Amino acid sequence: MSPPAPPLADLVRTVRQSREYHRLTNAIPYTRFMGIGVENLAGEMLCRMRYTPHLIGNSLLPALHGGALGALLESSAIFELLLQTDTGRVPKVISSTVDFLRSGKAQDTFARAFITRQGRRVANVRVEAWQDDRTRPIASSHALFLLSEP
Amino acid sequence: MSDLTLPTDKAGRQEQLSVLFTEAVPHNHALGLRLVDVGTTDATVVMPYADVLVGNPETGVVAGGAVTTLIDATCGTAVLARLGTFAAIVTLDLRIDYLRPARPGLELTAHAECYKVTRLIAFVRALVHQGDPEQPVASSQGTFMRVED
Repeated sequence: MSPPAPPLADLVRTVRQSREYHRLTNAIPYTRFMGIGVENLAGEMLCRMRYTPHLIGNSLLPALHGGALGALLESSAIFELLLQTDTGRVPKVISSTVDFLRSGKAQDTFARAFITRQGRRVANVRVEAWQDDRTRPIASSHALFLLSEP
Repeated sequence: MSDLTLPTDKAGRQEQLSVLFTEAVPHNHALGLRLVDVGTTDATVVMPYADVLVGNPETGVVAGGAVTTLIDATCGTAVLARLGTFAAIVTLDLRIDYLRPARPGLELTAHAECYKVTRLIAFVRALVHQGDPEQPVASSQGTFMRVED
C-alpha cells in the first residue's frame, strides 16, 4: 500500500480538473499575501497580481518593487508547472534570471509562463509580465526548476 | 546629478539609508526587511521568518519571490552606499542561484557588495544565509542603472 498522498497534491489534482484556481493560490500563504491569482482568460492560463499599496518599491514614482515582479514571474512559472504537467509537489527553483524592462505602474500586472523544455528532473520555464499592453512587457524571466523525484 | 550626498560617517549613513529603506519602500516594510549594516560598498539586510512568506505550506519553506525581494533591496542599498548619494537607480537584471533550501522558522540575512560602478551601471553580487555565511542559501548577481532624478 502506498502512503497517503500529501494534501497539496490532492488539491492540485482537483484544481487541474475543476479550474477553481483560487483554491490552490489561497492554499499558498505567500501568493495570497501578494495578491497573486491564476485566471483563465480566453482559453489561456494567466497569473494576475492585484495592485495593493504594499507592493510599491518606489513611493516617488510610484513603481512596483522589483522583488514583487520577481515574485509574480516565479509564481507564474510554478503554477504553470503544477497545473499543466503531472508533477505532484511544488517544483523547487534552481536558478532564475529576471530582466526588468520597464517600471511597473501602480496597477494590476499579468504574467504568462511558457515551459520551454520539460525533462524528467528539470524544467526550463520562460515568463513575461505586462500591464496595459502585452506587446510592451515590463519584466521577463527564465528559470530552472527541479521537479518532484519520480 | 543628485546633490543628496550621504553622510561619510558609518552611523549617519546607516541611519539615513534605514529611513529611506523602510519609509520610501512600502514593500520592504511589508516584508519586515531591516537594514542592519552599511559599509562604503556593501549592505546587510535581515528578513524575519513570517507565515505569510511561506511558498510551500507542506514544508514551511519561504517563497523564492520573497528571497528575490530581499536580494533586490539589499543590492540596491549597496549601490547607494557605493555611490554615496541618494541617486535614483533601477534594477536592470538579477540572477539568483538557490543553493540549498532555506530552513523554516529562521530569519534570512542578505549581504550585497557593489564591486564595480561605471558612469551609468553598477555591478553587485550578493549571498543569502541563515546565520552561517559559509552555508549560503542563495547566491546572486545583479546590475543596476542610474537614472535621471
